[in-house]
Amino acid sequence: MADTTVVDNHSSHSSGKDYLNESSGIWSWLTTIDHKRISVMYIYSIIGFFLIGGLFAILMRLELMTPEPLFMDGDTYNKAMTFHGSIMVFMVVVPGIPALLGNFLLPIMIGAKDVAFPKINLLSWYCLIFGAAVAILSLFFGGVDTGWTFYTPYSAKSAGAVSMVVLGAFIMGFSSILTGLNFIVTIHKLRAKGMTMMRLPLFVWSLYATAIIQVIATPVLGITLLLLTAERVFGVGIFDPNLGGDPVLFQHFFWFYSHPAVYIMIIPPMGIISEIISTFSQKTIFGYKAIAFSSLGISAISFLVWGHHMFVSGQSPVAATVFSVLTMLVGVPTAIKLFNWTATMYKGRVSFATPMLYALSFLSLFTIGGLTGLFLAAYAVDVHLHDTYFVVAHFHYVMLGGAIVGMIGGLFYWWPKITGKMYDEVLGRISALLVFVGFNVTFLPQFVMGSLGMPRRYHTYDGIYSAYHMTSTIGSWILTLGIFIAFYALYKAAKSGEKAPMNPWNGTTLEWTVPSPPPHENFDTVPTVTGRPYEYR
Amino acid sequence: MSTAKVDRRVAHSHHFDSMEQEHESGKQGVWLFMATEIMMFGGLFVGYFIYRMKYPEAWVEGGSLLSWKLGALNTLVLLFSSFTMAQAVTETMKGENKKALNLVMITTLCAFAFMVVKYFEYSGKIHHGLFPGLDIWDPSAVQNEGTRLFLLFYFLMTGLHGFHILVGVGLMFWLMKRLKNDEFSPKYYTAVEGVGLYWHIVDIIWIYLFPLMYLI
Repeated sequence: MADTTVVDNHSSHSSGKDYLNESSGIWSWLTTIDHKRISVMYIYSIIGFFLIGGLFAILMRLELMTPEPLFMDGDTYNKAMTFHGSIMVFMVVVPGIPALLGNFLLPIMIGAKDVAFPKINLLSWYCLIFGAAVAILSLFFGGVDTGWTFYTPYSAKSAGAVSMVVLGAFIMGFSSILTGLNFIVTIHKLRAKGMTMMRLPLFVWSLYATAIIQVIATPVLGITLLLLTAERVFGVGIFDPNLGGDPVLFQHFFWFYSHPAVYIMIIPPMGIISEIISTFSQKTIFGYKAIAFSSLGISAISFLVWGHHMFVSGQSPVAATVFSVLTMLVGVPTAIKLFNWTATMYKGRVSFATPMLYALSFLSLFTIGGLTGLFLAAYAVDVHLHDTYFVVAHFHYVMLGGAIVGMIGGLFYWWPKITGKMYDEVLGRISALLVFVGFNVTFLPQFVMGSLGMPRRYHTYDGIYSAYHMTSTIGSWILTLGIFIAFYALYKAAKSGEKAPMNPWNGTTLEWTVPSPPPHENFDTVPTVTGRPYEYR
Repeated sequence: MSTAKVDRRVAHSHHFDSMEQEHESGKQGVWLFMATEIMMFGGLFVGYFIYRMKYPEAWVEGGSLLSWKLGALNTLVLLFSSFTMAQAVTETMKGENKKALNLVMITTLCAFAFMVVKYFEYSGKIHHGLFPGLDIWDPSAVQNEGTRLFLLFYFLMTGLHGFHILVGVGLMFWLMKRLKNDEFSPKYYTAVEGVGLYWHIVDIIWIYLFPLMYLI
């Protein structure tokens, strides 16, 4: 245990009040500034967005089952693709883990009563919801067919409701900035007595590394989208070469945010995995400092690699070579993490509960995603693979197989703490298995067809790819089934699960020293920390 | 929140341990927010420099369309307002809320003066067909095609800066109300210091905008 002076394990159950029943009514939720309630609101809204974004994905996969158009024309397909991408990126994976699990856990894990700025925390939820509403409503104003990257000059001319989606993304950017700002200050200023930086749980370290990127990179996306909107409204050629602008500048601006943004998406699940693997191996995490600092290393390098998205854009070969080498550097801190996780399991008492199954899925899927990332980082190889399904498969291995699988694993791991109820272990394990199998059936064939030349973003294709596409579509059904079972297991637990004990997994971080669910201000007695986490043996 | 409102002059909010911790947190939050402002304007400055390299003649022509005298006047106004704002923070730290109130009022008047000058500059440009869009643009008003891009950057950058001035005015009114109610003390002046920081950053951005747009 993180040796703490929390006296009585059962004291706060005496009042029978916890953060969930401390007050009631919808208004008490919509105006709450309790980080735990805000986190629950994020969980519901982000799962909602995930289902909408997933619906578009399923429809696209269905359309791609045959080489000929099945039920969508090209225009509809482009819109479905854009909405799938925009929703998943801006509303699910970017806000995802920091907002829905970080909000709940960060203050408890460092022994604080709340985040530093509770009202700003609530504001960031409203920014997400408002921005998402603007972006999704654009569906009824012609939709958008530019892809989630809004590449110019097409996005400057496209007839759709580009400005609306761009405005939505702009507003959601504030949500991300405010969350990041809040977390940095909370980690610096609100740690309990004795909670030194080197005693922080690794999930907190990952949130810290993420928050730095959120604060520094997101404003650049804001200004990029503002320039794009100015170009659309005023008709001045900032990015349109016909009017004297430079379309590659847009790509530079866009990826200066959007590449670091993929580390906003992947560093937090890495933190979750560190927690789960240590707990379910009942063993001290191997290489605590290496894991903590590799998170910071990833966020530092993340700002120097954006040019690898632009190897075929006409940027100078010298720049491309430098970006290529820098990109491969990301592999170093990432591999450090993977080796440390593996070493943690070595000679541990590994148990295969649902969170651990998701963590193991993460390890294998993320490794494939990361290694294929090295292929794409190689300048010469990328010229061949650029804009093919190889890229699609690569980022789905990282974003879905990494970020979302890590997020679902984290939800299972902390669900007893959040809801105070235990989930059904059998359902959980079935879901983990189906997600793992379905995911690979969906995306492994895409590596093959991508390397054979199947371009991305097309709704029809040559017959030689049909077997791969068919397999991929069938895989998407298995994956969907797995995800639905996972959500059903969580829902069923919240509705009618057995009462969860304070520390069902024998975890060592502070959240396992408070009742499930925690009381309104987290701790009856503010803890004093006297040791590092993960001190199993 | 159901908790009773605390008197911030002598007590900290519920989730902090001490007034000092709360003050430090607030200050760090404002500094981080300032970092986001710099990154946001940084993007525009990068765009400015890239197109300056691409269209040097247009940038020279664009600069000559602006009145450096009005720009210099506004620079002086803002510099003076930064001085009064800094003094306001000092007075609040000493517990002199009334003096601070007067200083914030002067700062606000400077902000209004700045916007009035900007209004005359903008309307002059629009009158001469030099606003680069919305059917106002008159291509015959300039010699270089790229000048339109310069003017777009001029309007975007000074416009975004002006928006920050207006937000600053809003914050000043909030401060004036709170200073009038004597809500600050030598132990609690985070809001005044935070708005002060914000105002200085807005000022510094103008210090860069003025030479880049009007002088070189």
